[in-house]
Amino acid sequence: MNALLTVWWKEVRENLRDKRTVLSALVYAPLIGPVLFVVMLNVMVGQQMKHAEGPLKVPVIGAQYAPNLIAALRQQGLVPEPPLSDPDRAVRERDADVVLRIPAAYRNAWTRGEPAQVEVIYDASQQGAGSSVSRVIAMLQHYGREQGTLRLLARGLAPSVGTPLVVSRRDQSTPQSRAGTLLGIVPYFFVLAVYIGGMYLAIDLTAGERERQSLEPLFANPVARWRILAGKLGAICSFSLASLALTAVAFVVASLFLPAEKLGMAFNLGLAFVAGAMLLELPLVAVFAVLETLVSAFAKSYREAQTYLGLLMLIPILPSLLMSLLPVKPAHWMYAVPLLGQQIGISDLLRGGTVRAGDIALALVCGFAFAAVLGVITAWVYRSERLAISA
Amino acid sequence: MIEVKGLHKAFGAVKAVDGATFTAHDGEITGLLGPNGAGKTTTLRMLYTLMQPDAGQVLVDGIDAAVDPLAVRRRLGVLPDARGLYKRLTARENIDYFAHLHGLDGALLRARRTQLADALDMHDILDRRTEGFSQGQRVKTAIARALVHDPRNVILDEPTNGLDVMATRGLRTFIRNLKAEGRCVLFSSHIMQEVALLCDRIVVIAAGRVVADETPDALRGQTGAANLEDAFVKLIGSEEGLAA
Repeated sequence: MNALLTVWWKEVRENLRDKRTVLSALVYAPLIGPVLFVVMLNVMVGQQMKHAEGPLKVPVIGAQYAPNLIAALRQQGLVPEPPLSDPDRAVRERDADVVLRIPAAYRNAWTRGEPAQVEVIYDASQQGAGSSVSRVIAMLQHYGREQGTLRLLARGLAPSVGTPLVVSRRDQSTPQSRAGTLLGIVPYFFVLAVYIGGMYLAIDLTAGERERQSLEPLFANPVARWRILAGKLGAICSFSLASLALTAVAFVVASLFLPAEKLGMAFNLGLAFVAGAMLLELPLVAVFAVLETLVSAFAKSYREAQTYLGLLMLIPILPSLLMSLLPVKPAHWMYAVPLLGQQIGISDLLRGGTVRAGDIALALVCGFAFAAVLGVITAWVYRSERLAISA
Repeated sequence: MIEVKGLHKAFGAVKAVDGATFTAHDGEITGLLGPNGAGKTTTLRMLYTLMQPDAGQVLVDGIDAAVDPLAVRRRLGVLPDARGLYKRLTARENIDYFAHLHGLDGALLRARRTQLADALDMHDILDRRTEGFSQGQRVKTAIARALVHDPRNVILDEPTNGLDVMATRGLRTFIRNLKAEGRCVLFSSHIMQEVALLCDRIVVIAAGRVVADETPDALRGQTGAANLEDAFVKLIGSEEGLAA
């Protein structure tokens, strides 16, 4: 049997017997993304639904000055709560999302036909309070417009006099593209699956073997070290490929549990998406296998390698972070950069778009070229005397 | 046959091996004797091409290790200081892995494995995972793994380390059989009795240098000491790192 295949098969078989590796590569890595995603999205949507449609409880100060206003707000779904003594502190400390205050001067101003002021007290920095605040403001504006129209009619004027401008919104987003912004985290989950899928194997096959002192007898065999390295890399790639495939399947299954109708969005997680995403991720399988092995080759122990690779796991977040912080317009050259290409490509596929064959080819060629360069460096490190000697 | 000529190896300022020269012949057991830290393991590592000597030459059956390391490794069976078995594989799988790496397969592999399992009396442990093996079972497996390709030259680094009396006796018989089969056996030890009992030739190493290369009897004669242990202490100039 070919030495490379011998090493590959031995590493695959040995690691399939290791509970930790199998769990992390074939269960944890592929499932964490989809499960987290479904749970997050459902919780988020549930919250928004509650805020958008349920009765809105708002503490009201000075309700006695504006009984008509309160009655109108009640009709729109607002439930007035007893007043609070310190509304400013209440919104800061999240005891209330929003507080409505009607000053004593309201009644006089109203009866004189002057603009009557009401105060909406809220803290814009509180996440999640925003929808309640805008609902209250919308209710108030609705009441204001209604009353304004009535006043104009009472004076014999056409209500349109008071509306010189009408803004009409034309949102160009499609259900897919709206889902796409929500799904922006999905590319990262794919990358993570590839990374974690091979990680424990990479640690075990280099740092682990070194720690267990089995590299020395292994290297005493009449097989060139680069062949041994290639067999090991093959085993790592096999595991991370399996992890990637399982992730794709898990996302297709997960899409059944996404609250698509509630969001009014379509999730394009079909076969075409899965095939495209896996194709784009292929070079990363090779890049991470080599990179993880290279890092492990510098570690003296399993734990040390684990620490390094744990830190390195932050790198795949960068493109996602970059794209969300700086709204960069995707360009073709970005496909040449490993990770970045995957990020924009998968995001595009999710939005229901298609990635040009040329872009995919660019991502594949550049990704594999990068892996090859790393591979040469790793082979060079693998030749060092120090690598085999643990004690 | 293993020939070592003027081998040098330094780690930073420390000269681990400082001009070692000796020859291990076929059909003989050559003992590499020296206190801990004398440079035995480093010398052996240069023999099986894990390390490159700073200077000097290693010839195995006339092949220069620096020129054709793969051919040298093919002719060597190596039991390193670090046994390094794969714990999640059975003894049989451990042996087969190395056999495959030597290109050994099929009926030849089966015959060779059975032969070694007979000689080492290890049939009962062949299909157990090596995790939890006793020291003796581990050494047996590692030796079978190292010799599965039927090498002419056998290098054993401290083979009896950590073994109990029975296991040591069994191993001694096994090593004598290797010699009877006409192989060149080179083994290192810091244990005097071990070397005295087994070796046809003793190479004494101290501080990276060969300080004696004789038969046990000649060694006693050369130093004028009645027993080997005294001879050894005289040679290396201290009792440090010795175990009787």
